[in-house]
Amino acid sequence: MDSPENLSASLLQRTNQSAKEIDSTSYISASRLNVGYAKEVIVPDISFDLKRGQAMALIGTNGSGKSTLLKTIVGLLPPMGGQLSIFGGIPGSNHRRIAYLGQFHASGFVLPIRVIDVVRMGRFPIHGLWGRMAQQDHEIVTSAMSTMGIEKIPDMPLRSLSGGQQQRTYLAQALAHQADLLVLDEPTSGLDAGGRERYLKAIDDELHRGASVIVATHDIQDEAAICQQVMLLARKVVALGAPQQVLTPEALLETFGIVISGEKRLEVLETKHGHDGGHH
Amino acid sequence: MDLFVTPFSSNAFMSHALIAGVLVSVACAIAGTFVILRGLAFIGDALAHGVLPGIAVSILAGFSGIIGAAIGAALMIGGITLITKRSRLSSDTAIGLLFIGMLALGVVIVSRSNSFSGDLTSILFGEILGIGMQAILIQLIGTIVIAIIAVICARPFLLLSFDPEQAEVAGFSVTLYHNIMLFMIALTVIVSFQTVGTLLVFGLLIAPAGAGALLAKRIEAMMAWAVLFGSMSMYFGLLISYHFNFAAGASIILVAITIFFIVFILQNMRNRRVPPAKESNDG
Repeated sequence: MDSPENLSASLLQRTNQSAKEIDSTSYISASRLNVGYAKEVIVPDISFDLKRGQAMALIGTNGSGKSTLLKTIVGLLPPMGGQLSIFGGIPGSNHRRIAYLGQFHASGFVLPIRVIDVVRMGRFPIHGLWGRMAQQDHEIVTSAMSTMGIEKIPDMPLRSLSGGQQQRTYLAQALAHQADLLVLDEPTSGLDAGGRERYLKAIDDELHRGASVIVATHDIQDEAAICQQVMLLARKVVALGAPQQVLTPEALLETFGIVISGEKRLEVLETKHGHDGGHH
Repeated sequence: MDLFVTPFSSNAFMSHALIAGVLVSVACAIAGTFVILRGLAFIGDALAHGVLPGIAVSILAGFSGIIGAAIGAALMIGGITLITKRSRLSSDTAIGLLFIGMLALGVVIVSRSNSFSGDLTSILFGEILGIGMQAILIQLIGTIVIAIIAVICARPFLLLSFDPEQAEVAGFSVTLYHNIMLFMIALTVIVSFQTVGTLLVFGLLIAPAGAGALLAKRIEAMMAWAVLFGSMSMYFGLLISYHFNFAAGASIILVAITIFFIVFILQNMRNRRVPPAKESNDG
């Protein structure tokens, strides 16, 4: 029989424990997470934490599992094992707080749509089916367009723009969401130098606002400058940590050597690294 | 003036046909816009033709064809969803299977009944010149329902047309809104077949909205162009049919297709004069 004091003490202890487990500033928390699709695990055993105001880069070649992980985070793919919590909840339950920029846009060339309409869609998750767009929303949309340098072409049809300007438009849409978590898949693809500069500045502003960013890229230099964490992916987590620790020649060889050389070469590489005393 | 107005002002059947036709044009403009933007042309076609056995059975049993068309459409959509979900086959294979199966079934049913041949033509090509007030009323209600769906679902439908993944992440269920869209397209086919026939509904779904897509900068403008082109097709189609004694439904579709190709050719001539802008601007 527990005395009331003991009971309340143990309750208190448990409360403290769970408060410690669910760190409220952890926007993404993954533990032994497996991601994949169609019943096939693409990347097993992913563990990391992304806290408020932090940025993390996923670096790897095409097919390394970057997009799969991002899609799992935003709830487009179910986790295939392990734990994943987004803002302490299950993925896909926080659409108001998450902005997602995917790699491909389905019907960009058929759909008649202007630049400003695309950016305005960034406010839809906030307002849902019915909510009215207020003056403040229009200001946010305008400011997102000027951040990406497309404020002078709001009425241009999306399909008449170059790839780089389309990408700026999609980025402006993600910014207009004013989300707590930005999930960006290859955000700099097609951007020219000016566009990249604007993008990096915008991400920096988002981080200062308190948002977190997780970004998939094969562009190491740009992202390393703004990210506290880097994850190297090659259908497994090759390395995870601060950019200067992770971006070693060995880890990069393993990350980028794979798709070029095929699976056999990977085995050879792994054996070699094993003999050499590892690649950690 | 006599050539262009009198046929409608002095013949009730012509003015009824025009009213019903404009209502069909509005419904087809709204539904057709999303048929084109979401790449649903094949399912639209299949719905338009696959409702045939439902209509045939319904009329044979002495009910309104609309009830049979609704059941036929529901079976089509349900079957397509089931096959796509439960097999590795893509949806166009499922659509093709059911489409041909339903069409064949419809023809078999119709061929069994000797008294049916007159009605078959009216199912396939519509009876726009014999349209009554009741049919106009049904068409009006159907068109209003379709417009209301499009207004309520404007945001998810836009997101779906832009990028389904974006819609899902933004909190709009792709499955739900895709099914609402299919329902809207099916409803358009069901209420419009009496006017222009099952074979020709499909033409009105894609030709005016297709021409609108070539011209418009926004979805709303695309729909507005589609309403205009659809209504023009109705007016000129009926007029041609009246003066030259051509089949009305087919004349309407021929005008709609002609308008599409005129817009297409003009657009291409314009694009050749003005090269596509900004291609070299940004890398």
